[in-house]
Amino acid sequence: MSIKTYVLRRLLALIPVAIVVATVAFVLIHLAPGDPASVIAGPDASPEDIARITQQMGLDRPLPVQLVSWYGRLLQGDLGRSIFLRKPVFDAILDRLEPTLLLTIAATIIAVLIGVPAGVVSARYHNSFADQAFMVVALVGISVPNFLLGLLFVLFFGVWLGWFPVAGYSPLEYGWLGTLRSLVMPAFALGLVQSALIARIARSSMLDVLREQYITAGRAKGLGERAVIYKHALRNALIPTVTIIGISFAILLSGAVVVETVFNIPGLGRLVVSAVLRRDYPVVQGVVLCVAGVYMLINLAVDLSYLVIDPRVKYQ
Amino acid sequence: MAVSPASEALALEPARAGSRRIPLWLTQLTRRRITLIGLVIMVITLTVGVLAPVIAGSPTHMDVKSRLSKPGAAHWFGTDDVGRDVYSRVVYGARLSLMVGSAVVLFSFVFGMTAGLVAGYYRALDNPVMRVMDGLMAFPAIILAIALMASLGPSVTNVIVAIGVVYTPRVARVVRGSVLVVRETSYVEAARALGASDLALVGRHIVPNCLSPVIVQGSFVFAAAVLTEAALSFLGVGVPPYVPSWGNILSEGRLYIQQAPWLVLYPGAAIMLTILGLNLFGDGLRDVLDPKIRGLQGDRQRAA
Repeated sequence: MSIKTYVLRRLLALIPVAIVVATVAFVLIHLAPGDPASVIAGPDASPEDIARITQQMGLDRPLPVQLVSWYGRLLQGDLGRSIFLRKPVFDAILDRLEPTLLLTIAATIIAVLIGVPAGVVSARYHNSFADQAFMVVALVGISVPNFLLGLLFVLFFGVWLGWFPVAGYSPLEYGWLGTLRSLVMPAFALGLVQSALIARIARSSMLDVLREQYITAGRAKGLGERAVIYKHALRNALIPTVTIIGISFAILLSGAVVVETVFNIPGLGRLVVSAVLRRDYPVVQGVVLCVAGVYMLINLAVDLSYLVIDPRVKYQ
Repeated sequence: MAVSPASEALALEPARAGSRRIPLWLTQLTRRRITLIGLVIMVITLTVGVLAPVIAGSPTHMDVKSRLSKPGAAHWFGTDDVGRDVYSRVVYGARLSLMVGSAVVLFSFVFGMTAGLVAGYYRALDNPVMRVMDGLMAFPAIILAIALMASLGPSVTNVIVAIGVVYTPRVARVVRGSVLVVRETSYVEAARALGASDLALVGRHIVPNCLSPVIVQGSFVFAAAVLTEAALSFLGVGVPPYVPSWGNILSEGRLYIQQAPWLVLYPGAAIMLTILGLNLFGDGLRDVLDPKIRGLQGDRQRAA
């Protein structure tokens, strides 16, 4: 099979998954007990409000008709209108994208810059004190939820030491330095937990490679340890690690949604949580679909990146 | 101490008899010190959760006169903004976490195993069932849980259902993978040749031989369920605010972090210890029951 057919087949395989994702998002409204329109309108709504929402969202039509028109609207990129914010869901998401995106990128960089070297050093000095210390820290690290680490940072570096702002976000338009300051604690809270996971994966993948025959061969022909580790072992060990970097970005994106609440950052996470509390279903659906879409595309990109990184991978 | 060969043999005898009564995997499990630490932490959490009504006072009683009081003799972990005893709330929080964790494991096992068995055993159903599971897994866990809570509304049962739905496809995938391997083995073929019915084949031969990876998955699902419940409640979309849960205490603690850091520190320590215990035990369990997926793949399972 050629690369082209393989890529095409992977793209086609996304279609059924995308249909299920869209259907799950559609079902969300109808899963709530009772008539959806009155649930959305809230307990104090007048019959006119309920009628207006029913009409606006087309809830009076038969379910299959609603589902088909839902698919149709999604294909045109139309996520509907927010009931509470009174604007298109797409615009509401765009308004809140900047902090979430910057936080996710910063956290991914932190996770990789700490996780990969820690894993490589641990494998290089396998069973040494440094290795065991790193792995104990990593084990504790994967046991701390990111929002708890965030709260502890607020307590230590915000309240007690006063180094960083306790909460809030300074948008890029007011200068990147302020943005950076407001993102340091949330990005570390998010990134450190993930770096523990990356360190464990980088270490075990490096240890696997170091057991390979070509490493022994390299040593046997008199290569220096440095060349063996960094030229031969590291490059091969990075293959599974690169996968993890891509997946990390996706995981951190959903983690950002939680960490934003700790630091009062007005991003996608605050948007979706307040939408849940206001029963603003179109916004919940929109955010959920966008995050799931990004998640799917990243997973696809990770799979396809194997083709570039590792020529041995067979397309099946 | 010098021991003569005869007395050594005598001393060994009861031990050998004892090890036969204790299953081999259990002795293997407790041999590693780090797994044992995990087991001890789990037993402590379990005891605290089960004995909550005995070892703690009322988690909802409001002593308004001593709001936000510091940890001391009267209130070991201090009090919160309406004067409730934080120690009692943390102890009852353990009870809730254990309940949510076990119920989610049960939920995801029942539905995940059914889906996985059906998909793995009946080839015609493999594609439709697994595409639905793939679709559910296309959502990041916490996002799907938040979305489901949006429609189900806040209650303990709904939190269990929402997190259960999130982890069902992960169990289904593991079960299907094992079924695909086991159904091709010669002992299944032999049973089929002897005329065993589908039900007997699945119940007597396939399920028991698929269990190890599922049990390993169970300890990680439990940990993930405890974490997800805490995160949902922290965000205010989990269990109702009056239910003592670690996430709820942290959510209130965030607002009073300057005046009352104990509202964050004690429930935080409880979450960390519980998850650490589950992770330590889960790693040990995996090495004993499922030696094929050490390290790398195991972490990938966790990452997903």
